[in-house]
Amino acid sequence: MDILGLFNYWVFAILLMIGFYAVLAKKNLVKKLIGLALFQSAVFLLYITVGKVEGGTAPIFSATAEGDLFSNPLPQVLILTAIVVGISVTALGLGIVVRIKEEYGSIEEDEILEMDQQ
Amino acid sequence: MSGIDAHLPALQVVVPMLTAGFVVLLKQRGLAWAAASAASAMAFAIAVQLTMTAMGGEPITYEMGNWPAPYGIVLHIDSFSAVLMLIITGASTLSLLGGHASLDSQIALERQPYYYAAWLLAVAGLCGICITGDAFNIFVFMEISSLASYVLIAGGPDRRALPAVFKYLIMGSIGATFYLIGVGLIYLMTGTLNLADMELRIANVDDLRPIYLAAGFITVGLALKAAIFPLHVWLPNAYTWAPHVTTAFMAACATKVMLYILFRFDYLVFQGNLDGHAIQFTGYLLPLSLVAILVGSVIAMLQNNVKSVFAYSSVAQIGYIVLGASLITAAGLTAGVLHIFNHALAKGALFLAIAVIAMACRSMTLEHIGGIAKQMPVTFIGFVIAGLSLIGVPGTAGFISKWYLITASLELGNTGVLIIAIILISSLMAVYYVWRIVEVAAFGERDPSAPDVEISKPLIIALWIAVIANLYFGFVPQLPVTLATETSAILLEVTP
Repeated sequence: MDILGLFNYWVFAILLMIGFYAVLAKKNLVKKLIGLALFQSAVFLLYITVGKVEGGTAPIFSATAEGDLFSNPLPQVLILTAIVVGISVTALGLGIVVRIKEEYGSIEEDEILEMDQQ
Repeated sequence: MSGIDAHLPALQVVVPMLTAGFVVLLKQRGLAWAAASAASAMAFAIAVQLTMTAMGGEPITYEMGNWPAPYGIVLHIDSFSAVLMLIITGASTLSLLGGHASLDSQIALERQPYYYAAWLLAVAGLCGICITGDAFNIFVFMEISSLASYVLIAGGPDRRALPAVFKYLIMGSIGATFYLIGVGLIYLMTGTLNLADMELRIANVDDLRPIYLAAGFITVGLALKAAIFPLHVWLPNAYTWAPHVTTAFMAACATKVMLYILFRFDYLVFQGNLDGHAIQFTGYLLPLSLVAILVGSVIAMLQNNVKSVFAYSSVAQIGYIVLGASLITAAGLTAGVLHIFNHALAKGALFLAIAVIAMACRSMTLEHIGGIAKQMPVTFIGFVIAGLSLIGVPGTAGFISKWYLITASLELGNTGVLIIAIILISSLMAVYYVWRIVEVAAFGERDPSAPDVEISKPLIIALWIAVIANLYFGFVPQLPVTLATETSAILLEVTP
């Protein structure tokens, strides 16, 4: 098994799991969002890795660069969009956390649950 | 088709999306509402036109910017998309046209233009999902609609909406990211994002392991977004504490659009290409949908808040849809798709009725709605008819889909009998939870401290349009049945 050759994929899996763990296990809403951001970033790495061609250069067409090997630009374009989506989700999430803090005076999940049950 | 007609598929998304940006600039609430309603009504007209073209004929394809498939993004509209587009734009138009009085009582006037803009973005996103034939495009539209719906839910006056929407945001984003991982893995193996092309190219992939992984990620991710039991936990609170008009819109279409992508992927991309996919699909989703039907109905019976009752009932109803689809037969799929349409009618009408009732009550708990029937008999009758449609009483739309579901189950022999028993038990439970509300509303004592407001006429008209649709499609079910039958033929890839 070529562990080093698949380095990026390992990092993808590990980052994904760290992020997922934070989302599930942390009670603090901001920490949950940090986990979510990490979770999404891991996927960016997956896409970028997919698009990389060994020995490939940036896909810019020029007359001198004939016969060159190019990396696939499409995953990068896709991920540019996904990054924007990720930022929007995080920003909206933080906005909601601010509103929760205003209304409940706390950003701890269990304390908010307790207040709701009263 | 010629002229502007040829561009209707694109306009379906472009109209609400561009109007959304314009609505933000309108500082006046009335203008913002008018612009949003007009855009939504126009989207509905486009959806009707597209449905008439797509129904019974070839699916409509539209190449964005004239880039040919599979390189460019292709819009693809068939009968299945048509069902969803009708529901989305119809529910949105009715709730918007009727809902302004209810919204005035829940959202500050100066914040309403933003609310309407978010609403139009949600419509654009949901329609976009239904018309695009590109897997990554679906992800983008999914996130547009989700982000907009978080705003729609959190916009209300009740603070309990905030933790609910936070949970929805977390779970929704995880679902969308799972979907993204799945699409990435398929792209890794096939090099395409076009759904139709994907199906063909997976057949030539040697190592199918990443595709199996992708099937798992996509199915689980979308199940999360579609609130399939046991991944439904975000739904009840979000629906209960959202502004009433938001609930009427979201309950009618939001989760169903996610089911749409789920069925599209599992039936068209994976079903023909992966060994054992059918067994896995049925093996997981059939038991889960049966549990969803029972658990959703039981919890709905125990709720004290009228909106929670119907939110949990939605979990059960999603179970019905998934149940039909998980049978992987033409009859089952027809029943599932039919239930997408009919449940949208019933739930939309119910939540519109709740929006009317809520304006004259301090809260929607059972003790506060007592005796409401005497104060607003017209609304109450509408509520009862919509409730009957939810239960599945003959003469209402809900009966048609339950009938198809039972017919589809009969094909299965002994297992079918068990399924039918569960459907009947759950229908009885629905009788109970609807009756509890009707009883309190008709015979209970009126809350003396209830606010005294004039009932909004547009809202009642919107409610009755939805109620009449429930009755109409109960007696004349040709349109949804034709669309559902064509959908099952498309998904099972047989010629009708």
